[in-house]
Amino acid sequence: MGRVFLFIYQYRAFFTFLLLEFFCVWLIVLNNQYQGASFFNSANSFVASVNGFSHNTKEYFSLRETNSRLSEENTMLRKQLEQLNQAVLLADTIGSADSSVIKQFDFVSAKVVSNSIDFQSNFITINRGSADGIEPGMAVINGQGVVGKVKITSEHFSVVTSLLNVDIMVSALMKRTGYFGTAQWGGGDTPDPDYVKLKFIPLHVKPVVGDTVVTSGYSGVFPEGIMIGTIARINPSPETSFHDLDVKLSQDFRKLSFATVIKSNLKPELDSLKMRVPTLQR
Amino acid sequence: MNRSVILNGISFLIYLFFQVIILKNSVLFGSAFCFLYIGYLLLLPVETNPLWLMFIGFGMGLFIDMFYDSAGIHASASVAVMFIRNFWLARVTPQGGYDNGAVPSLASDGLQWFLIYATPMVFVHHALLFFIEAGGFQYVGFTLLKVIFSTLYTMVVMLIVQYLFPGERRV
Repeated sequence: MGRVFLFIYQYRAFFTFLLLEFFCVWLIVLNNQYQGASFFNSANSFVASVNGFSHNTKEYFSLRETNSRLSEENTMLRKQLEQLNQAVLLADTIGSADSSVIKQFDFVSAKVVSNSIDFQSNFITINRGSADGIEPGMAVINGQGVVGKVKITSEHFSVVTSLLNVDIMVSALMKRTGYFGTAQWGGGDTPDPDYVKLKFIPLHVKPVVGDTVVTSGYSGVFPEGIMIGTIARINPSPETSFHDLDVKLSQDFRKLSFATVIKSNLKPELDSLKMRVPTLQR
Repeated sequence: MNRSVILNGISFLIYLFFQVIILKNSVLFGSAFCFLYIGYLLLLPVETNPLWLMFIGFGMGLFIDMFYDSAGIHASASVAVMFIRNFWLARVTPQGGYDNGAVPSLASDGLQWFLIYATPMVFVHHALLFFIEAGGFQYVGFTLLKVIFSTLYTMVVMLIVQYLFPGERRV
């Protein structure tokens, strides 16, 4: 026994090395799972506030553009509001509007505290957390389109898995043809923050460069019709039965500064209904 | 002894915050990253106990990870570099050996020696970092490119810092 201890003591540097590396690997593995390591990330309020300081300073350099984009969004929203008002007026007179359908989604606006685009797994930190009713799994969008899904929340901050993350898949719809597939970031050899892949569009569909791709709303996370981007390239794919499509994102992830978190009120109901399907088949 | 511990602590914080506040936002061409914090680890005194080296590397890496949302990746690369640091220092001992309490820096051992000492260490660190981040060897080409560009970038910034703040103590 004494020899064993002597051996360990002699090679203590090596064993410490192993121990620390095992701990790191454990952290990496944990972080790749959906919930992630809950402490060692930027939802920690001190880390988030430092990141926020850094990001705030950076934002001064793009104020002009942010302003113009926000005002554009404002006008667009005002237009939509007007249309909606008309619709509600009509619905009221007919009396068929289901209040739970109208209130299917709640919105929480948030400011981006930190953001990355250059890694294989990119994350965004926002300044709203569980205290504002945000939970893991919620969708995040803004005026330009899809941003990502909430990964972890702390009391006042949340980490969002960016759409620029190979782990995230969004159910997407080609607006013109009505076919749906899955939008996923390519990452890999040429991680380009401007493009995602649209997968599982069968070959008999004829996509055209410039076709609009939006969220399908099938998963219940994202509302229907949120902009993802437009088809930019149709790559030849001789060996598969699906198209290989590059979608130019409408979102500019380099300049992300505001986001809206969407709380889907009907998602639990949708999920539980979907859970029942496999049992029915038997 | 106490004084050097305090100074080391302060420079730990300076390197950490410089990294996460400023350098985090300075990625060139989407492929060249500057991880200057490795400079702090490389410039610890020669006689530091290897166990301490690894724990300091681990702590630094973990803090960086918290800001980069990359739990464990920087920590593992830093620990590995700290583990091999003493072997490498023994291998590249300058003529006449190290002085008592020496710091392996540009000011004390000259540019040529420092490049020979630091470049491979930075390269190993970045290689580990980016290959772990890519999750294996499936994107060798691009990852290797990132490693090489980042090594150059980090080395240039590290040399600038060394020239700006020479003297016996660093920063």
